[in-house]
Formats: sequence, structure tokens, C-alpha cells
Amino acid sequence: MLRLDGSQKHRIELTVNGKQHSGEAPPRLLLCDFLRHELGLYGTHVGCEHGVCGACTILMNGRAVRSCTQYAVQADGQEIQTVEGLNNGDTLTDLQDAFRQRHALQCGFCTPGILMSVTHFLNCTTNPSEIDIRDMLSGHICRCTGYDSIVKAILDVAETRAIEAKNQQDK
Amino acid sequence: MKPVAFDYCRPDTVEETTALLHEYGHDASVLAGGMSLGPMLNMRLVRPSVIVDINRITELEQVGLTNGLVQTGSTVRQADVMDDSELLNQVPLLKLALPFVGHFQTRNRGTLGGSVGHADPSAEIPLCLATLGGEVELASRRGKRLVRASEFFLGVLTTTRRAGELITSLYWPQHTDSTYYAFDEVAQRHGDFAIAAAACAVTLDEQKRINKISLGFGGVEDKPVLASLTAFVGAEPTCSLASEIAFTATKDLNPMEDATAGAAYRTSLATTLGRRVLQKAITEAGGR
Repeated sequence: MLRLDGSQKHRIELTVNGKQHSGEAPPRLLLCDFLRHELGLYGTHVGCEHGVCGACTILMNGRAVRSCTQYAVQADGQEIQTVEGLNNGDTLTDLQDAFRQRHALQCGFCTPGILMSVTHFLNCTTNPSEIDIRDMLSGHICRCTGYDSIVKAILDVAETRAIEAKNQQDK
Repeated sequence: MKPVAFDYCRPDTVEETTALLHEYGHDASVLAGGMSLGPMLNMRLVRPSVIVDINRITELEQVGLTNGLVQTGSTVRQADVMDDSELLNQVPLLKLALPFVGHFQTRNRGTLGGSVGHADPSAEIPLCLATLGGEVELASRRGKRLVRASEFFLGVLTTTRRAGELITSLYWPQHTDSTYYAFDEVAQRHGDFAIAAAACAVTLDEQKRINKISLGFGGVEDKPVLASLTAFVGAEPTCSLASEIAFTATKDLNPMEDATAGAAYRTSLATTLGRRVLQKAITEAGGR
């Protein structure tokens, strides 16, 4: 059993975007704040801080989850992916490129969280309908786009990936 | 919004957890998925001195079936239930209700037991457990006890769980043939807190008459409400009967009032949702 004193910092080791990271955190430090201020990964945005807006969504062990309603100490030993891990920095992934093509972002505050959600969503949903996509997007708040362009971008990626998967099968 | 400082404990077993909860009593909060406790901590609506994180206790993640009861460990994630077709076939009401619980991202983390322990009056999982006549298993240093869901919820965020007790499992009556279910709710936005929700289970006998009927409402009173419907046992299930049942079931409700909805509106929603779910279940059962 692990017992940590609330007034002290504790060493945390975890994998972020495939690399081993470590840092220090008191138990009350939110995971999103740890990623930003301790590890310097500012791609994860912090909005409402109570799990509603979706800006802080990351992948933990492959699943899209909020990083504002869990604590850094809980992530010890876990595998995390943030928006920085989607590509190596020079090129866009198919998903990011579709967002660019479809103008699925304006201010970009909600975008990292949405990209992480969609990454998990498309991994576990093949051929999603527009209704499926909108249902998944209900966990995010975007005040710029009106969502339509985001939905179209996701549909584009889903269709392209379905065609690629079919071509792969036919080979 | 950051929580106040708290000590953090991460036990590996139920035994360690109950020992901690005994040690700290009311000063400790149990952290499961954190989809309700997390926001409350961040907003400083609660200030426990100790957080007991039960997310790494493997014995709380188990799912099983014994004596007609489906057992779900308290930290089984909502998303995992939605992916478990075998479990959903045993408890079909969960299949209908879980899409209304929060969002894709919160269900990936949120648990069944956490929702029941949190006891938000508008929460779907407590409503389903109460409607189906399920039970909550609580463990303490002294042992385990079972509490019926209908007796577990006392009011807003208040249950019969005592300091020192941990919810270890939920027990769901296994689906039987010729039982039909429906769930519906109204919220301002999909995934938001329900202003009113209704769930039902209707079992028919061999003559296709109502053998058992259960209708529950969430979000209306300060806890899930079950209608008393024994008068309708033996009746022929029809859509006009559904209207009558929904009216009878909701005429004596004592609804909450808040900025979103007044009492009269909540009662009206409950009547409408009650009728809709009963009609849906009855239609599926082959009634007219």
C-alpha cells in the first residue's frame, strides 16, 4: 500500500508519448497541471477543471480521459499520450491534416483534447456514423466552429481509413 | 480551481482499504473514477483530509454471475460494461441507460460503484439498480453486508453507507425471458444531469399478462423513486394502460425545484417519460 503525505512532494515516474518521464508532485496536483508545469508539455489545455469542457483530454493506457479530474500521483507507472505525441512535430497526422483541410479549429483551445478523444474513438469505432461522432463530441465544448467542420473532418478520416483497411485486406 | 491538500493512500486490497477507512472515518473520501469526486474536490465543495484511491484493487474489477445475480465489482468502468455484450445481455437495462451516463470520455474512467456511492439524484446507474431491485454490497472491518438499492439511497449525495464502509460490489438481478425494459431521460444537453429520467422493467406471465412491473424515476425527487404498482399485476399490457400507470405513478411525487426546472415541470416530465418507457417496453413485449 502506498501512503503519501499531503504536504510533501513525491516522485512520479510515467511514460509520456513513449518516453520515460519523472517529476515531483504533491497529492493534490492535477495530472493536467503536472503535464504542463512539471513536464513542460503545454499542448494539454486546461479549461473548466471539472471534467466538462474536454480541453484537457489525454490518452491514459490508450483511453481518452480527462486529466483535470485525476491527480498526478494516480498516473504513476501509467502510459500517457498527449497531443505532442500524435506525430514527431514536423508532419501532421491524417487526423490533424483533416482538421486543417476542413477548418475544424479556429482558436485551437479545444483542439488538443478533441484530437485525443478522436484518436481513441477511431481506434475502437470502425465506420462511425455522424450520430456516433456527435455523441462522442458531446464530451467537448468548442465555441468557435459550431462543430460541423469537426464532424466533417472526423468523417473524412474515418472514410479514408476504412478504404485503406479494405485495400490492405484485398492485397 | 485546485483542491485543498490531502493525504493520499492507495491500498492494494479491500482489507487494507477497510482498515484505512476505519482509521480515518469521516475524514476519508473513497476515490474511484473521480468523475464526481474530482470536480467536487477541485471546486472545494468537499475537503477530505485523506483520499483513499481504490483504482488499483484488482478484486474490485471483477464481474460474475451467481444464483441469478450479476455481480459487478465497484470499480468496473462504465465503458467496459458497454463493451461487455455478455454482461449487457444479463442486465439489458444497463445497455439502454449507459449511453445517457456522462460522455464517452467520462465513461472511460467513471465506475458503476462510484456513481452509486456518489448518489446524485439524477444519476442513471442508481436508478437502474433501484428499478431492477438490485443490491449494494458494503465491506467494513467487521465484515460484509448487503443493502437493497431501494433502501440504500437516502437523499442528495446521501446513502446508508457508514464511515468505515466501502462499496465492494453491486448485484443486479439477471435478465429473465419475457422481461422487457426501457429507459429514457430529458436533459438540457445529452450527457448533462437529467432533469427527469425513467426506467422500467415489465415481466409477462404465460398468459401474456403483467406478472411483475417496476417503474423508477430519477432526477425528480432527492433519490431514485420507485412507483408502487401492485394494482396493475395481472392486467393486460396495453399502451393505454401505460398512460394510466404513468399517471398513477407520478401523481404523488414530491419533486425538487431548482434553476433548471420547477416542481410542476418535473412532474409533467416524469409522467411523460413514465408513459414513454412503459409503452416502449409493452410494445416490445407484443402488447398494443
